Amino acid sequence: MLTLLFDGIAYGMLLFILAVGLAVTMGLMNFINLAHGAFAMVGGYITILLMQRQGVPFLVCLPLAFAGAAALGAVLERTLYRRLYHKPHLDQVLFSIGLTFMAVASVDYFVGSTQQILQLPLWLKGRTEWGEGAWMLGMGHYRLFIIAVCAALTVALQYVLARTRFGSRLRASVDDQRVAAGLGINVNVVFLSTFAVGSGLAGLGGALGADVLGMDPTFPLKFMIYFLIVVAVGGTSSITGPLLAALMLGIADVAGKYYIPKLGAFIVYSLMIAILVWRPQGLFVRQGGKA
Amino acid sequence: MNVAGRWRWWELLLWALAFAAPFGLAGHALIINEIAIVALFALSLDLILGYTGIVSLGHAAFFGMGAYSAALFAKLVMPDPLVGLAVGIAAATALGAVCSVTILRGTDLTRLMVTLGVGLILMELANKLDWLTGGADGLQGVVMGPLLGRFAFDLSGQVAAVYSVTVLLVLFVLARRLVQSPFGATLKAIRDNRLRAMAIGIPVGQRLVVVYTVAAGAAGAAGALLAQTTGFASLDLFEFHRSADVMLVLVIGGVGWLYGGIAGAVVFKLMQDALSSITPQYWTFWIGLFLVVLVSVGRERLVRPWTWWRP
Amino acid sequence: MSNLQATPDTVLSAQGLVMRFGGITATNDVTLHLRKGARHALIGPNGAGKTTLINLLTGVLQPTAGSIVLDGQDITHLAPHQRVRRGMVRTFQINQLFDSLTPLETLTMVVSQHRGLGGSWWQPLGARAEVNQRCQALLAQFHLSEVQRQPTRVLAYGKRRLLEIAIALACEPRVLLLDEPVAGVPAGEREELLQTVAALPADVSILLIEHDMDLVFSFARRMTVLVNGAVLTEGDPDQIAVDPQVKAVYLGQEGSDHG
Repeated sequence: MLTLLFDGIAYGMLLFILAVGLAVTMGLMNFINLAHGAFAMVGGYITILLMQRQGVPFLVCLPLAFAGAAALGAVLERTLYRRLYHKPHLDQVLFSIGLTFMAVASVDYFVGSTQQILQLPLWLKGRTEWGEGAWMLGMGHYRLFIIAVCAALTVALQYVLARTRFGSRLRASVDDQRVAAGLGINVNVVFLSTFAVGSGLAGLGGALGADVLGMDPTFPLKFMIYFLIVVAVGGTSSITGPLLAALMLGIADVAGKYYIPKLGAFIVYSLMIAILVWRPQGLFVRQGGKA
Repeated sequence: MNVAGRWRWWELLLWALAFAAPFGLAGHALIINEIAIVALFALSLDLILGYTGIVSLGHAAFFGMGAYSAALFAKLVMPDPLVGLAVGIAAATALGAVCSVTILRGTDLTRLMVTLGVGLILMELANKLDWLTGGADGLQGVVMGPLLGRFAFDLSGQVAAVYSVTVLLVLFVLARRLVQSPFGATLKAIRDNRLRAMAIGIPVGQRLVVVYTVAAGAAGAAGALLAQTTGFASLDLFEFHRSADVMLVLVIGGVGWLYGGIAGAVVFKLMQDALSSITPQYWTFWIGLFLVVLVSVGRERLVRPWTWWRP
Repeated sequence: MSNLQATPDTVLSAQGLVMRFGGITATNDVTLHLRKGARHALIGPNGAGKTTLINLLTGVLQPTAGSIVLDGQDITHLAPHQRVRRGMVRTFQINQLFDSLTPLETLTMVVSQHRGLGGSWWQPLGARAEVNQRCQALLAQFHLSEVQRQPTRVLAYGKRRLLEIAIALACEPRVLLLDEPVAGVPAGEREELLQTVAALPADVSILLIEHDMDLVFSFARRMTVLVNGAVLTEGDPDQIAVDPQVKAVYLGQEGSDHG
């Protein structure tokens, strides 16, 4: 059971890193971006292809995945997304679905539709076990690595948000764009960099998670609902909300699939619907804040 | 007051052509049938999207529900098409009534998610109840009896096409009356300004429940028609792709004027048919590109070609 | 000072209303009585809680404490649309209109809804003669006849403001809450609006929020002054005009609130 908890936490932290960019851009630009998973896919494929075809070590691929996805995000934000911020949500949904379709089809065409296998480096393939019996905690080194990296990223994100000038500009822009612009904050730059970093994090998450989640062209569509759950349940006014939501989701999914495999994802979806109907603004929104 | 109730000349012409098509274009009866079904599906979405402004990404849930109910009814109870159609509509309507409470509150995002979630749940259910639904293989060998006891479904698809076009017309007329009535006007009010709609005494929740349920029933009709005319129902009816595609069809034709679903269906299906020789991944790519361009250029400009050259 | 007791012809009664948001008390023990045919103005500096009070009365907000009675019935826990059914209607400070509908369609819809036809789905909108007559009468009353078939989004601001009030009247209110009706209306269109407000039916009880003192003093027969969420004083316009406390509140702000 402890192992399950451990696996669930690893899964949840991964989901958090994958989805945090979406939460922030949703809160900042009020833009429903269903193509977020495509950036994760880009990161995952960059990693896999570099490792398979160029023999680049795994650890080196991670920052490259981040950079690649971030660059793509920056370009798309500047050229396409920026013009759509004030459009109705329907248009944003259609647009991002379109982008996703294009990404999915392109990857399918260029790389093929089979699931890619990521060869983890040897030092990540081990497993450490503490305790015994029902209380045994089995920690796969790879999952341990994921937790460590994601935890470090979370701390870094929180630091940036709370302690840096950029962070306060970002928070100001989230709270009220017009006032922030009136204060001299260059909102365009804030948007661009936030979107790029968010996409980069998604790419990094895709690279980290390629082994655990499976990487194939349908990745963005398969996992879109999970990212959206993290954002909708966690709210967009903080990053601790999505973190908690992601952890809950990770644990619920892993436990659900283990204890009641027949019902699998059914439980997650039903829970999500129940939560969103009960608390439409998300579970972790501060009262009086803009959700 | 105005010509709200009266049919324009081009509408009568359009429907006359629609009925003539299965006979005049007998070789194309199959695609006419498909167009009618997609048009009905898109029409049902228009009731929600066009007239209340709610973005639903799970509308395929009702489509699939109608299809499976009609197929199972034909296999297990009786193969009469019209009764099966009624069963499909009833099942989808019931599901719609249940799900309608989920879209009453929340932001655009939460509603989107909830509708998406419902679609996914239905798909999981259909997958897991494989003893009933045939699981991933789908429900095969659905053989329909003759329509009205006389017109057997033939391989050319003529009877099927006339059947589908008729059902489309009937439901279209009902939808038309609905949106042009005071009820429909209150829906538009809810779409334009929900706050004010509440402030003038419109029971917003009730209205949304009713229209969502009706839309679900219409989608169920489309699904039932599909199962009956193709003799087959499969899990992909519940897939996200279906919900996204029907939204695209509606957007192509224009949201909020009822004929949008029909116009979009014609364009979409003909395009799909023409490009069907190319492998499926290309189709997805071009659809995606189309959506990106459509939104970037502006949806209203699509139906007004003379604005394309304006900066 | 003032008579805060309900009288037999009181139509709307708010008793001890309190609204707290976290640490802020937006409405502090407000009591207000509206008689039949009242022309009652609610004035006060910005942020005094006037719109909050309207939101409480109409049910958009639930009070932390206190009660609201309409025609002898306690409506404190009724949903907004149910209060409208019982005859309490409001207008909004910022126009809340239906941009894709024309004034004709809007008013026909409102009248139909109010006459219980809102759920009717078979007949086209505007099929009923008596509904149409009522609409044309309203359109004429609010100087909207010439623009009745134009979509609301293209109308001039003054016309939109008139439509805003026309919608409320179409609900046949017994109690009408007007939230700054002339706010932002250009000088050329104010007269039309002021005349229309002055000509509202005598048996409708009206609570008016306004900053425009000319309108307030020409319109109101009774006034309540709200400051920091609490009632400062209530009385006839003559009393209020010379009340030293009121003067202090307004003139203390450099007289910026005149008109």
